[in-house]
Amino acid sequence: MKIDSTRPKAHAPVVAGMPAADTPPSPLEINGLTVSYGDTPAVNDVSVAFRSGAMTAIIGPNGAGKSTLLKSALGIVAPLSGQVTCWGRPLARQRHRIAYVPQRAAIDWEFPARALDVVLMGMYRELGLLRRVRAPHLARAMSCLARVGMEDFADRQIGRLSGGQQQRVFLARALAQGADLYMLDEPLAGVDAATERAIIAVLKQIVAEGGTVIAVHHDLATVPGYFDRVFLMNAHAIAEGPVATAFSRENLDLAYGGRLAPDPAGAAGARDAL
Amino acid sequence: MAGVWRRTRPGQRARAMLSEALFLQLGYNATLVTIGAALLGVAAGVTGVFLVLGKRALVSDAVSHATLPGIGLAFIAMVMAGGDGRALPGLLLGAAASAGVGLLGVSWLTRRTRLGEDAAIGAVLSVFFGAGVVLLTVIQTMTAGRQAGLETFLLGSTAGMLRSDALVIALAGALVLGLVLALRRPMTLAAFDPDFAIAQGLNVRRIELAAMGLAMAITVIGLKIVGLILIVALLIIPPVAARFWSDRVDHVLALSGLFGGISGYGGAALSATAPGLPTGPLIVLLAFAIFALSLLAAPRRGVLATLMRRRRAGAPGAGGR
Repeated sequence: MKIDSTRPKAHAPVVAGMPAADTPPSPLEINGLTVSYGDTPAVNDVSVAFRSGAMTAIIGPNGAGKSTLLKSALGIVAPLSGQVTCWGRPLARQRHRIAYVPQRAAIDWEFPARALDVVLMGMYRELGLLRRVRAPHLARAMSCLARVGMEDFADRQIGRLSGGQQQRVFLARALAQGADLYMLDEPLAGVDAATERAIIAVLKQIVAEGGTVIAVHHDLATVPGYFDRVFLMNAHAIAEGPVATAFSRENLDLAYGGRLAPDPAGAAGARDAL
Repeated sequence: MAGVWRRTRPGQRARAMLSEALFLQLGYNATLVTIGAALLGVAAGVTGVFLVLGKRALVSDAVSHATLPGIGLAFIAMVMAGGDGRALPGLLLGAAASAGVGLLGVSWLTRRTRLGEDAAIGAVLSVFFGAGVVLLTVIQTMTAGRQAGLETFLLGSTAGMLRSDALVIALAGALVLGLVLALRRPMTLAAFDPDFAIAQGLNVRRIELAAMGLAMAITVIGLKIVGLILIVALLIIPPVAARFWSDRVDHVLALSGLFGGISGYGGAALSATAPGLPTGPLIVLLAFAIFALSLLAAPRRGVLATLMRRRRAGAPGAGGR
């Protein structure tokens, strides 16, 4: 349960679209991953290497297996087949470098935990079983809350926060882990505009500091503004690349089955179609 | 309030007995038993927090009822081996074994069949308890003659408890308490956000099994004092009462331990004041009194606080979420 605080910090940011030869090892490389709920495969033979130092959106229609891809990559859902490596090594040895922000749906909001307690949960790995939470830990947790603009709500029980505030607290918990790779499952689903701005600002800051962000995203209209790269999928992988090239009409038609009428960049109706 | 107390107060002599019991002046054995009950209460209260937070409270009810056939079988085995059938460590081992089988049964039925956990609990609870009652009936007809006292495991009794029994209970309770405190962080994480816990590298399935195993240990340890029918109350009521007072897991843990400890201590002391007073029900009634007080008087979450907030807000139903 102990973390190696002397581990090397993340790699320098990479300009999207650089030749593969110059890129550092992928923080998350998935090979031939297949996951099935019952008879239908939710994720079908997906192979993708996410780029280090980039902010990548995973997009695709409802039921395309986007959340399942993240969950199975982290071992939360057992895959039928496939391998996952992080920075070229097995996931199990790199978990301390990965922060996961799950969907909020599964949380028991009556749980006796304040916003500050939730952020401290991000440090449990570092605290181990028995070490006491001391002033430096609390200070770090508070600074993580401050980064998402939630420091005034540290003492509020988690269920008495709004949806957007809850989402920011979960992002603060991920920050408290001090990770190099952030994996977020629909971080902007059902949040208010202020929260959306705050979350995107923090994610961009993570990338600017050399971290990597992978987020399941549902609002096509905001993809070009928020993300460097996209990964399109619909059970199987369709394309991964810089927004400028991979976020194309052709790829979107492949992912959404031609059901999306509007132009991807600045599409007004995209939100409704999903 | 004071008037009610005065009317229901027992007589002078009983009152003297009670104060003697509460201040541990009823002799060495009674004192040891009372301390054992208090420690059991603390351990049960703390362990129960994770049972309640993990929404597995009723599984422990199935587990506690599943101890009965183990008690009966252990008794028969010890008598047939030529020993004293009432040796507590042997009986507890038997109880733990059959409780473990019951726990695995609930978990297997839930995962491998279409039965929900509630149906699995109902099935295991009734079948094991039925089997246990049959075994006890069989034991009554045995010529061993020393069967006296097995039925005290149903409702608990401190009468005639041996010094070594109290010591076993106190030590095992302390051990479980230590383990729960050591595992509090993983168990908190697994109960609050299992997906996040797995992503952190925790084996959530194993943690949940450990939480259930510790609750099972409390059940077995508490058999002699509280009894198998009511032990679930000592696991559930203190955490639920504690939850009224705090929004922090660590505070809920401390309060729940305190409430459980008070219940165990007070119940055991009360039952020592008169012969035939059942220990388990007294402990549970005390725990319930603490719960009722919490329900009414806790700040913010209590009924009175909620009523006052609504009155101040001017509209009924204007409380928070």
